[in-house]
Amino acid sequence: MPSPAPALLRLLAVYGALMGLLMLTTAVALLPPGWWSTPVALGIAAAKAGLIFYFFMRLNAPEPLLRVFALAGFFMLAILMGLTATDYFTRAWPR
Amino acid sequence: MKAATAAPAAAPADTIGLPIAYADARQRGRANHLGMWTFIASEVLFFGGLFLAYFIYRHAYPAAFAAGSHRLNFWKGAVNTAVLLTSSLAMAWGDAFIKAGRRGALQACLAATVVIGVVFLALKGSEYREMYAQHLVPGLNFDARVGPQVELFIWMYFVMTGVHAVHMLVGLGLMGWLMVLNRRGRFNHARHAPIELFGLYWHFVDCIWVFLYPLLYLVGR
Repeated sequence: MPSPAPALLRLLAVYGALMGLLMLTTAVALLPPGWWSTPVALGIAAAKAGLIFYFFMRLNAPEPLLRVFALAGFFMLAILMGLTATDYFTRAWPR
Repeated sequence: MKAATAAPAAAPADTIGLPIAYADARQRGRANHLGMWTFIASEVLFFGGLFLAYFIYRHAYPAAFAAGSHRLNFWKGAVNTAVLLTSSLAMAWGDAFIKAGRRGALQACLAATVVIGVVFLALKGSEYREMYAQHLVPGLNFDARVGPQVELFIWMYFVMTGVHAVHMLVGLGLMGWLMVLNRRGRFNHARHAPIELFGLYWHFVDCIWVFLYPLLYLVGR
């Protein structure tokens, strides 16, 4: 039976990175806000999600088809958001 | 139950005479995972619709969304993110342990995941209570002087965190069931697909929160 130790340590390292990113995004939020605040916060969230998908959800396994299925949902989501944005983000909003 | 005599001689059959669907364990494992990932893709689009609505209204009412975000408990949101990431680690460790045949360690990890998940929901509940005390619950006691655009943000906060919390409750229920199965000795180093597949769900729900945290708590900060 293989020892679980290497896998446990690898997961712990990923967890450490996730907590580091959480501290980073919280620290950035305590700075005075600027135009970059939201892009930075979303970028950090995407990095965290990437780590979770790749390591915790095992997209690092040698199964390319799994990665295709995982990306399919986001591909459709990008179409949904992109096409909607062509309307809402190109006309004046009544205030 | 029918005898296996009806099955064609060439194909191996299970106990009720149906041909076995998979050539080997690896193929079955891949089918399991693709099924789960298809479900997760549908969840991406389910939450995606909410995120889309959020982006449209935030684009329309940026000042109101920042004002609404400042009424949320920033620190509770941050702590809850850490809590949920920790529950994901416990879940991932459980998966690693059962792959090495460590049933007892898996049980401990599942129990830890449940406890940490309950801590998350308790914190969320205390936030909802705070909001109620401040007359900020749309449909129940929302203070009209705060304004309809801020109310829209707060409504989105309740819908998105509420749907997320329902996913957590479903996860906690499934986890209890997995703990019962594990007690009965149903998992070992070779047989652990339900643990792995449930882990995918739990981590995905974690991912949703990872996006909810900046979009709800960090607007205009």
